[in-house]
This record gives sequence, structure tokens and C-alpha cells, in this order.
Amino acid sequence: MNWEVVIGLEIHTQLTTKSKLFSGAAVGFGAEPNTQTTLVDLGMPGALPVFNKEALRMAVMFGHAINAEIGMTSVFARKNYFYPDLPKGYQTSQMDHPIVGKGHLDITLEDGTTSRIGITRAHLEEDAGKSLHEDFQGMTGIDLNRSSTPLLEIVSEPDIRSAKEAVAYVKMIHSIVTYLGICDGNMAEGSMRCDINLSLRPKGQEEYGTRTEIKNVNSFRFIEKAIYTEIERQADTLEDGGRIIQETRLYDPEKNETRSMRSKEDANDYRYFPCPDLLPVELTQEYVDEIKSTLPELPSQKATRFQTEFQLSEYDANVLSSSRELADYFESALSITKDAKLTANWVMGELSKLLNQEQVEIQDAPVSAAAFGELLVRIKDNTINGKTAKDVFQAMWDGEGSADEIIDKKGLKQVTDTGAIESMIQGILDANTQQVEQYRAAEPDKQKKMIGFFVGQVMKASQGKANPAMVNPILAKMLKG
Amino acid sequence: MFEQNISSLAKQLRDKDISSVELTQYFLKRIADLDPQLNSYITVSEQQALQQAAAADALIQSGQGSSLAGIPIAHKDLFCTQGTLTTCGSKMLNNFIPPYESTVTSRIQQAGAVMLGKTNMDEFAMGSSNENSFYGAVKNPWNTDTVPGGSSGGSAAAIAAGLAIAATGTDTGGSIRQPASFCGITGLKPTYGRVSRFGMIAYASSLDQGGPMAKSAEDCAHLLQAMAGFDEKDSTSSETATEDYIGNLNAPLTGLKIGLPKEYFGDGLDPKIADTIMAAVKEFEALGATVKEVSLPNLKLSIPSYYVIAPSEASSNLSRFDGVRFGHRCDDPKDLLDMYMRTRAEGFGEEVQKRIMVGTYALSEGYYDAYYLKAQKIRRLIKDDFTSALSEVDVIMGPVAPTTAFNIGSKTNDPVAMYLEDIYTLSVNLAGIPAMSVPAGFVDGMPVGLQIMGNYFAEAKLLNIAHQYQQNTDWHLQSPSMAEGV
Repeated sequence: MNWEVVIGLEIHTQLTTKSKLFSGAAVGFGAEPNTQTTLVDLGMPGALPVFNKEALRMAVMFGHAINAEIGMTSVFARKNYFYPDLPKGYQTSQMDHPIVGKGHLDITLEDGTTSRIGITRAHLEEDAGKSLHEDFQGMTGIDLNRSSTPLLEIVSEPDIRSAKEAVAYVKMIHSIVTYLGICDGNMAEGSMRCDINLSLRPKGQEEYGTRTEIKNVNSFRFIEKAIYTEIERQADTLEDGGRIIQETRLYDPEKNETRSMRSKEDANDYRYFPCPDLLPVELTQEYVDEIKSTLPELPSQKATRFQTEFQLSEYDANVLSSSRELADYFESALSITKDAKLTANWVMGELSKLLNQEQVEIQDAPVSAAAFGELLVRIKDNTINGKTAKDVFQAMWDGEGSADEIIDKKGLKQVTDTGAIESMIQGILDANTQQVEQYRAAEPDKQKKMIGFFVGQVMKASQGKANPAMVNPILAKMLKG
Repeated sequence: MFEQNISSLAKQLRDKDISSVELTQYFLKRIADLDPQLNSYITVSEQQALQQAAAADALIQSGQGSSLAGIPIAHKDLFCTQGTLTTCGSKMLNNFIPPYESTVTSRIQQAGAVMLGKTNMDEFAMGSSNENSFYGAVKNPWNTDTVPGGSSGGSAAAIAAGLAIAATGTDTGGSIRQPASFCGITGLKPTYGRVSRFGMIAYASSLDQGGPMAKSAEDCAHLLQAMAGFDEKDSTSSETATEDYIGNLNAPLTGLKIGLPKEYFGDGLDPKIADTIMAAVKEFEALGATVKEVSLPNLKLSIPSYYVIAPSEASSNLSRFDGVRFGHRCDDPKDLLDMYMRTRAEGFGEEVQKRIMVGTYALSEGYYDAYYLKAQKIRRLIKDDFTSALSEVDVIMGPVAPTTAFNIGSKTNDPVAMYLEDIYTLSVNLAGIPAMSVPAGFVDGMPVGLQIMGNYFAEAKLLNIAHQYQQNTDWHLQSPSMAEGV
């Protein structure tokens, strides 16, 4: 059977406000349990929530970034259920009137295909605390530091048709929220978590199949793997004549499988109703417009600018604008090199390679964008060639100094003196008379291939310092005799 | 001394005719002597009261402190008081000593008042008779076979019996006004948002409002002056400026337009109460007011609307009492579900459990539109009724309750009859307007309260009207014989 996969994603992004969504307690990862709490986060009797205006501002920023309708009146609602790490017995969220309404995102896959993913809504809600099941001798510990931490839940339409699209979409959201500075994007610490709603239907069928929801997947790689695994499971089940049960599942990265958590029958009736402790949030057009005017350049805008201003390819422009830090690095280096193509190639090539290899984030790279730019300038002005530059870059990464210091110290300056190159070539020709004769006797087509041998000899003799751009024409001329 | 008002006591304190410590000792003795008959206090905080009194004396000595400085008052036991047991009338909070202070009690403390203790109440403020308390029923000092009303029954009984000069109460559907009426004292439910709810244990958040209870409107004004005002810790508290409640008491009533809603005088109202209310209205006419009939056509719908909205909110508000972090927890729970179920079954009384179930049902999937949403629509209609009536008149008057205080136990098996007790008070909470109960006479020896309802933030006006009435009548000065019998 030829299946079409239908995916909708719910992404929880933790906002980078200083204090919690409804209390003045600090937000932070890794503090001693229950030290970052107030009466409100502990759900003490008589404690009342006070809405954090900074979270509102961040949500509106996001709404603008995805071209969404902004909820001019948004309403907090209570989602009621009992759980020990949910201190009030309800989560304050938004239901019928979210702060961000319908919007969309355009994503581009590696093969260049683009698609538009609809975003149903994004709403503000508070996080729950954490239950700690280890270290308490059969009891459960409760840590309420995370309680009432602000989340923006971004809900997509079921517009995603593959694992690759899903990952591209999540990466795009990741890049937007980090560009806006409203989320630190740290998936390992849970700052961004993803619920995957997935169903299959025979290709061509209008009606959706029964879906399952995979909860709390927290890396790009796991999202991709969880989707592949779940597609396979659903397809196998359907092809064996079984049916899909609507349920919540968990992805286990170690076994690379999803397993049932709870079925719809066990699902809570959350009894949503407007929270009477909080007034509806009324926005003025002025406020909404003011936030729009302070929005930073977004990844898609940056990518477009990179193409028009620097004549970069769409792919290069997308890669370079995928994170704000990478784009900033590129642009800082470019301001020194004034050569977009060279800078783009080096950022995406050598720099990315070392970052990956050493598992370093670009903002922590040991070579600054300025120092990196200086290195590329030395390629441009023929002080060193590209091959030498890679060695210099590695030395810079290892902390041996600036490009110029390393070139100087190691004597890597390119030989650009025509006379010196000519005499070097003459020496090679004299030592290889047989090859010279063969060359001269050969057809022009063959000569082109044979010249490589001489170039190699020259580079070897010069210890890589001869400027290849100069060596080639001089060599060709001298070989003619 | 117990029958004196705040102004007079404040003067004596300032003139050193008496100290706050002496005054406090006097009330503590009255509580020890009389409260065993009434059960109006859950906690008497004797030591703390004497310390506060000593501090108040020092404050007065230095020429500081408001009119409340050194005055012994009581707090309904749903205001969280730092370091003092706060039970909300429930077994669930039998061991709950808050590490924080409610805004209301904190402000009253700042004003220099002395807290004698915490008064009894219907559990979680759910009730109209004060019979739903884990700490036992409260008795009406006018006749100890009868109820004091509820849910602020402890505060009302304590004031009527002279066991406190004034007290705080809260009113979600009549819980200040109805006990004030039953016990022959004065009580004010302010506009929703006038008084901060921070630290007030929530029953129904969109309806709950704290307010003053005392013998007279003047004393209520003193207390409200300290309680009222915006609080950044309560998002629903209003930024509308407070008024000079005491300074406005003496404005003349000439030209006052009083509306009498015909629906308040229909079937179910004891005719003797109707006569008492009409006699009071005559008194206002004599003071220069004019009277006209108005209509509040959706009055009857206030009961079903209230009994959907309030339990719905309560079912959610009371979820935090789960045995995890504070309050009662059952012994030896088998597992999490067992802990939840037994903790809540043991900790909550029957009426509270009933309302949690009603509210849970009303909010359930498939019922929400038919119950909760519909109730909210009715609420809007009721609000519009008041807005419309109050565009024709300055205030609306009527009875507080259809009967005087009834016998303990007489309605406990008839919940509908009990809920009907609230018919004249509920709609005020649904609309969010302020209203008072003012002593207006007696029927068969039991007090009757006149209800005065006003427009949003018209507290100063209501207190002024009540005060002028009390300058010309002495119903509020009557004391039950048990109060005299010490």
C-alpha cells in the first residue's frame, strides 16, 4: 500500500523571561529543588497569579514572525487535572482565545523544495513542576522550580508530509525563536519540546486516518527517528489488517521505538474554563504595532537579503541564516573580507567542519569572526593559498595566534616573485628532461593532463608556498620552450 | 463597653481613659465567658492579641495610628494570617499555619487594629447557616436555637454578642449580608475588585469579596477604609481610587432616589419582613428620599446561575487541597490515587464535596455549554438588569433574606430550601455591585436586615445612606440579652 503520512506538531518553547509566567520567582535550570518558588508556584491557598507582561511581549513577537493574527483579547483558561507536580490541580493555559492565531511558515528542504506549513495557533501556558522518582526509597520527590515557567505552545496544522519536512519545520521554529531571543533553544534542557501527531492514509484519500501523539521528543534527530519508527509501526499494523488506536505514545531513543503511554479512553476531561483570577488580556493596536517595529531581521528575511545583496545561492543563504549567531559571524567576517563567496565557502566549509568536529557552538568558537576575516584577507591578497590557509586556521583554532602571526612565525608567505618562480620551475624542468620531452611531443589535450605533474613538483619544491595562480601560466609558457 | 463604637473607643484610647491592652483583655474575657455558648471563634489568639495591643498603645502614645489603632477585631478564618492557624472551617486545613498574611489582614494590622482571633464559618464559605463547619455550628446570640446565617456566621455572632468590635467577612453569594441580617449587625459587601483577594482562601474567585462587619455603618466605614484599595498581588483588584468613607457619612439624603424591585417583594417573602422593610423605606422618605418601583426581571435565574458558576470555580479552586504539600493527608496511602481520594473524602465535609461534584459535572465535556456557558449568559442578563435599574435610581432597597434566622437543623435536609435563602443576595455577587445589610427592626424577636444595593464603587454612598438611617433609628444599637448577661 502506498501511504501518505500526515503530521501536525505541537512545540513547547520555554520563554526566556527573567521571572515566571504568574509569579516573581526566578526562572532557571539546575537550581536546588524548590528554591525558585513563591506562594503562587506552590499553589498555596489564597495565592493569586499575576501575569508577566514580558511573556506577553514575547508571544506577540512570535506572532508577528509567523505573520499571524494577534489575539487582541486573549483569555487564560484552567486545564484541570490532578498530578503531584501540578500544585494547583490545574494548569493555567489558553483555550478559546489564544494570544497568537492563524499564521504560517515557509520551509525549504535540502533538495530545494519548499512548502508552506500552516500554524493553527500559539498560546501561553505555565509549565508544571517535576516528579523525581529516584533517590526517595519508593516515594516520589516533587521539585516545583519549573512550576509556572512560561511556555509558548506552537500548534501546526496537519500540513507536514514527511519526517524531513517535520525536522525542517522544527528547525525553522527553533531559528525564529532564537533569532527573536524569546527562547534559548536548548533542547537538551527541555527549552524546546515537541509533540508529534501522526497518522497514515492511503495516497489520494481525503479523510485522515486515526492518529497517535508522540509526547515530548526533544532533539531534531529524535524527531526524525521517532517519525520514521511510528510510520513503520502504523504501516505494519494497517497492512496486517489491524487498526490504529488513538493514544499517546512515548519515543524511546535507546530502543528506537514508540510505546503506548495511555489511550484516549484513559484521557482526562480537562474541564477547561476561563481562569477567574486573571482578567482577559486586552491589547491595543499601538502596542502590537510597536512590537512589530522592534522585531529583528528574521531568518527568511536574512536569507533573501543574502541572496540579493551578496549574490549567494538560495541554499547557501538559507544555511548561513539558519541561526542568528552563524549569520552574525558570517556578516562580521564579510565586513573585513568584502568577498561574500569566499567567506560563505569558508564559514560553511572549514569553520562548520571544525565546529562539528569539536562539538563547539559558534558563539564559543575560539576564532573570532574578525580574526577569521583577517585570515581570508590573506588568501585574497595572495599572501597564502587556500591549502596553507587551512593549516593556518587550525593553528588559530589551537590558539597559536592571529593569521599574520602564524604565517610569519612559520614562514608560510606565498612566493609571488615571478623571477623566483621562474628559477624554481627551471630547476624542475632541468631535473625532469624526460617528462619535458614527453610533454612537448604530446597532443594539446594530453598536455593539459600532464601539466599537473609539473605543478605538483613545483608546489613540493616550494613547500606549498608558490602561488598556484602564478605557477600555472609561467609553467605553461616555459614548457612550450 | 462592648456596645461602643470605634470613634468613641478611639477617643478614649487617645485620651488614655483606657489602654488597648485593657480593652483587649476585656474582650478576651467576654470571649472566654460567652463563646462556649456560641462557638463563634475557631481560634482565639490571646497572646498575640495582647502583644498587638501593647504595640498599639505605644503607637497611640507616640501620636500615630489610624482610628483602628488598638481596636480589638476578629477575622473570618479564611483570611490567611501568618503564624496563626487558618482553617477555612475545614478539617482539610486543621493543621494549616500560613507562612504569609492576606492583604486585607495585613492592611488592618498596619492600621493598628488588634486581632482577637479567627471566626467560625461554613466550610470553605459554602453555606447559609454556619452549620457546615468542621468546628461545629455557630449559634445566633439572639436565640441560640437558631443559626447565625452564613458563611460569615462566626463574625456576625461575635459582633452581635459583643465578642469583637468589628470583624472581617467575605461574601460570595450573601455571606456577609445574610448573617449580618440574622444577627442584627451591619455588613457591607464591596464592589468586586474593591478589596484584594490575595491571601483569602478562594471559594468562587469571580464572586468572592471581602468586606467589613460591625454594629454600625460608621464602624464599617472605618474598617473598609483600611481594607480597600488596589493590590498588585490581585489581578482582579480595581485601580479605581478609594473614597473617604468616613468623611462622606454625613452627606444629607435629600433627593435620594430609591428603587424597590417588585421581584424582591413577591412570593416566599415573610410578610412581616416585608412590613419591616417598608417601614424602613418610609423612614428614608422622611429623610428626603423619593421611592419608585424598579424591576430586576431575572432575579429568579440568579439561583441556578450562581449554583453553576460558584461550584464550577470551587471545583477547580479546591483541587490544590490534595494532601501533597499542606493540610490534611490520609494515613498510609496505598498509592497516589488512594491518597487523593481518601485525603479529600476525609478532609472535605459533605456540602463541600457536593459542590465540588456539581462543579465538576457542570464543566465536563458535553455539559459545559449547557451549564457553565448558559450560567454566564444569565449572569450577563442579571448585570444588565442592575445597570438598567440603577440608571433610574441611586440605590435599590429590599430584604436581605426571605426569613429571619431559622432553627439549627431545620433546613439541613432540604438543600433547595437552604439555597432559596440566598435569593435576594446572590444576584448582587453575579453583577459585582456593592450591597449592605442594615438592621431595620425585629420580627418575633429576631433581627431583620434591610438590603441597600448600589452602583459599582458606590461604597461611600451606601455607607452614607446607612449611617443617616442609623442616626435616626436605634435598631443597630440593640443587643441580645446574652451579651448583657456577663
